Amino acid sequence: MTDTAHTSPVLTTQDGVPLKVSIARATRRQKFRAFLLVSPLLLFILITFTAPIVDMLYRSVENDIVSETLPETVVALEGWDESSGEIPGENVFAALSRDLAIAAEEKTHTRLGSRLNYENPGMSSLFRKTGRRVGRMDEGNYTEQFIDIDADWGAPKTWQVIKQFSSPITAGYFLAAVDAERTPEDGLQFKPSDERIYLFLFWRTLLLSVTITAMCILLGYPIAFLLSNLPMRTSNLLMILVLLPFWTSLLVRTSAWKVLLQQQGVINDTLVWIGLVGDDSRLQLINNQTGTVIAMTHILLPFMILPLFSVMKTISPTYMRAAKSMGASDWYAFWRVYFPQTVPGIGAGSILVFILSIGYYITPELVGGTSGIFISNRIAYHISSSLNWGLAAALGVILLTVVLVLYWLYDKIVGIDNVKLG
Amino acid sequence: MASALPPYASAGQRAWFYSFRIICGLIFFFLIFPVLIIIPLSFNAEDFFTFTPKMLALDPEGYSLKHYRDFFTNPDWQGAMWNSIAIAPAATILATGFGTLAAIGLSQSNMPFRSAVMALLISPMIVPLIISAAGMYFFYSRIGLQGTYMGVVLAHAALGTPFVIITVTATLVGFDQSLVRAAANLGADPVTTFFKVQMPLILPGVISGALFAFITSFDEVVVVLFLGSAAQKTLPWQMFTGLREQISPTILAVATLLVAISIALLTTLELLRRRSERLRGLTPG
Repeated sequence: MTDTAHTSPVLTTQDGVPLKVSIARATRRQKFRAFLLVSPLLLFILITFTAPIVDMLYRSVENDIVSETLPETVVALEGWDESSGEIPGENVFAALSRDLAIAAEEKTHTRLGSRLNYENPGMSSLFRKTGRRVGRMDEGNYTEQFIDIDADWGAPKTWQVIKQFSSPITAGYFLAAVDAERTPEDGLQFKPSDERIYLFLFWRTLLLSVTITAMCILLGYPIAFLLSNLPMRTSNLLMILVLLPFWTSLLVRTSAWKVLLQQQGVINDTLVWIGLVGDDSRLQLINNQTGTVIAMTHILLPFMILPLFSVMKTISPTYMRAAKSMGASDWYAFWRVYFPQTVPGIGAGSILVFILSIGYYITPELVGGTSGIFISNRIAYHISSSLNWGLAAALGVILLTVVLVLYWLYDKIVGIDNVKLG
Repeated sequence: MASALPPYASAGQRAWFYSFRIICGLIFFFLIFPVLIIIPLSFNAEDFFTFTPKMLALDPEGYSLKHYRDFFTNPDWQGAMWNSIAIAPAATILATGFGTLAAIGLSQSNMPFRSAVMALLISPMIVPLIISAAGMYFFYSRIGLQGTYMGVVLAHAALGTPFVIITVTATLVGFDQSLVRAAANLGADPVTTFFKVQMPLILPGVISGALFAFITSFDEVVVVLFLGSAAQKTLPWQMFTGLREQISPTILAVATLLVAISIALLTTLELLRRRSERLRGLTPG
């Protein structure tokens, strides 16, 4: 053995393969096996979770409804100058009559109408009305016949909207999601400030989330401090008081707050009984922002306490003792020695609470009334009630971007591997 | 400072020590009070959400089981309960199976693109539920899974896997890889090694991951609200509609039963944690 090692400069395994090659082969096999173990889940998540998210990204810009329903009209409109202030020529009206005749038969014109109605109110009824009569049109002179059905066909605005949304991809939903619009006359601009509902909602979501995060720090810090400094036995017992709400169903906690905060509820009853408030001036604690902040602080508080606790447990008590032995007061030792070491825990907890909070839907919906709802509630409204899926998707994409930036930050600061549960 | 008061503490230190404890007591009260208050309220004999004078006087007539009776006889609630029982275990099995395999793969030192894959697999936990729900609603209705039992189970399984990965990976950190090599050395094939050597050791992590996946599905309301049809109405969904439309005290009875389930889960998890620490020799006894 020693002889071969001396004669050949390359180390080999027993069967004569160079060691490096052999190791590389073994590593490759291990890598492949590791990947094989992960691949079922990877595939599963890609299909059941990632594909839906990508679909949503696509929906937020997708706009093939105009070019699909009115193919000939879209082609004919290419020759029309939308800033001329005049309606398009006869050839466009002729194309429209052919397109609409087919669309009315397949009943797709109403869908197009409601889609364009988001951009220009009145389009829905215009298309429905026209669809009913387009089959009985005579040959020739289509311009006049269309304007006869509805004068809106003679308005350049109608045609501008159709032309603007005839390309298969649109930024229209995103513009609507930030309360902006594009008009041929003025170009890109924000809506008047009293109509800016979405920017206002985003702002409120951020503001309430910051409030909730701050409340969680305020209430969570003393608890985490107490738990990490008590003897193990006592702190394990008290930890149950944190973990039980954490493990209790979200709906249960929300129902509890709904019951507690009502005007005829337990808190108001107690306050009246003590005499702090009169029976006729019961506090309005629910269906407003107060309700949302109280209930969500309660629900998210464990997410602040747990990371703070795990950081504080690692801080050695000798630092504080050293500071005090050198003459620092209790407060000075805490503020200059202990507190700076807990900042990573505050950061981790805050990002976690903030991420969870800005996407909340259930609790604001149930206890928030109209003034305490978040952007999520608006997304849900557009999916299930107004059926403006594109706008819902665009709002969702904006919210998702914010969350992903925070997720990235969290990964940088804490590391995804260090997420601990319970 | 917080654990015990030294005998030489000044009056100011004493005052702060006790006021700090009182503040903490109040915060603990804030945490636990809402969970506990619904338990007595659920035995209310009237259809009220507050304590009646009879209840405060501890008169037995003020208490009754009528809301529980309503829960167990009302077809709406019963249907919802059975749907929950049908959906959550199926989602848990899927999530635990896929998640455990993936966690074992991710814990190997030479897993390619480890951090990117990890970030992707954890993302269902981070993305706000309303966005997952919206995306799934759009996509599942394209492929015909919207409003089906299968669709809800798949969605819940996807939401549960991050918890399984996190708990199992945490257990694997303390796992001694030489045990696998020793088993292989003694002639065991990989499958036998997995079931006889690795599995028993990481079982506590797998079970707590499964519990997390179960509670995720069992509690989940946003996704099922969009993805499900009336035939998949689960318990949280029924509670949600109940709270939004006609608020009935039966909700409090259901809530009490759910709190009992949470206590059972919490106890199981705590026992598992102790067992796993004992096995790894982290704490004596």
